[in-house]
Amino acid sequence: MDSVESVDYELVVIGGGPAGLTAGIYAARSRLKVLLLEKVVPGGQILTTDWIENYPGFPEGLSGYDLARKIADQTARFDVSIETGEALSIECKGPVKRLILKDRTISTHTVIIATGASPNRLSVPGEETYLGKGVSFCATCDGPFYRDKIVAVMGGGDTAVQEGIFLTKFAEKVYIIHRRKELRATKILQERAFKNPKIEFIWDSVVTKIDGNDSVEKLLIKNVKTGSISELSVDGLFIFVGTHPNTDFLCEEIKTDERGFIIADKNMETSVPGVYAVGDVRDTPLRQVVTAVGDAAIAAFSAEQYVENLKL
Amino acid sequence: MAEVLEVTDSNFETEIIKSDKPAMVDFWAAWCGPCKMVAPVVKELAEEYGDRVTIGKCNVDQNPVTPSRYGIRSIPTLIVFKDGQVVEQIIGAVPRDNIEAALQKVL
Repeated sequence: MDSVESVDYELVVIGGGPAGLTAGIYAARSRLKVLLLEKVVPGGQILTTDWIENYPGFPEGLSGYDLARKIADQTARFDVSIETGEALSIECKGPVKRLILKDRTISTHTVIIATGASPNRLSVPGEETYLGKGVSFCATCDGPFYRDKIVAVMGGGDTAVQEGIFLTKFAEKVYIIHRRKELRATKILQERAFKNPKIEFIWDSVVTKIDGNDSVEKLLIKNVKTGSISELSVDGLFIFVGTHPNTDFLCEEIKTDERGFIIADKNMETSVPGVYAVGDVRDTPLRQVVTAVGDAAIAAFSAEQYVENLKL
Repeated sequence: MAEVLEVTDSNFETEIIKSDKPAMVDFWAAWCGPCKMVAPVVKELAEEYGDRVTIGKCNVDQNPVTPSRYGIRSIPTLIVFKDGQVVEQIIGAVPRDNIEAALQKVL
């Protein structure tokens, strides 16, 4: 190659959660010219996590907010441009990738997609109506509104069980409603939940309707085994039924799995050379901060090699 | 340039409801991570729109009356007021553009 086509950046990282920020750290230390684009402000989904005790290096654990802030502070020590903006689409054809924003286009050799995932909705009647009026997706944000009240949690994974336990700090009673008879959550969380006298499990069941007046007052619950419908009086419902990837902006060349998570190889490279996917947005067996930041280090390393090869 | 006004249960009526100026109040608390995402955006908006819109923040821990008057059970919640009425309500941390669009309705 005679010369490398001139671009605005060598790498653009989309998303400022733990994965995106870590990619920024590694890329800046490799002296890549790197831009990090974040839609709101850096932090990501862990901002809503009350306590993280499986991220090594913090023996007592720490809040999601504190961990996010520490990672953001660490990124700020290196030469990473961070801008507020949202990629509306990517042009993936050809060696130069272009990110289309509302007011401008950014050209780059490589892209790391770290846009994460958002909580799934239940898609049942009342969910939209009572959003912010008893329906919540964030226990750390909204838990303290339910002092001495009765709440339900829908879900059986780590987030549902962990946040269910967290809610017992405030609520008088916490129902955990799960569509199966067994939890998917980590064993240590299950043990804590089973031991907690404020938690009662409702197995093999789903919420089919959320009802009330000014705020949530009751749930209709269907037993998926027997088909029977019952009513449960609660003041709030916290929904933790998995996540969906934030991928509205992808070009069609980037392959995803059947649920929309981006498929990447061991170098975190997607089906488009020079485009990488890391963290919760990636098709991965485990979505944790510790796995997201590992993905990011590999992707930044791969992007550096890709850029180096362009210069040969 | 304007600062973010500290809205309390005692000044809410005079500063927001009875004010001639439209207003936006950010309901927040120290224990809420996403609230901390929204706070710097609200500060920027106060600097930009503060001469035309009262931009305030209300700590829901210290001021329980006002949030319950509006049935707030999720934070951050941003409420845009004009002539004492709720014009727009935004729940959760959203991009600056969305908040600006809500503000445009009262300008």
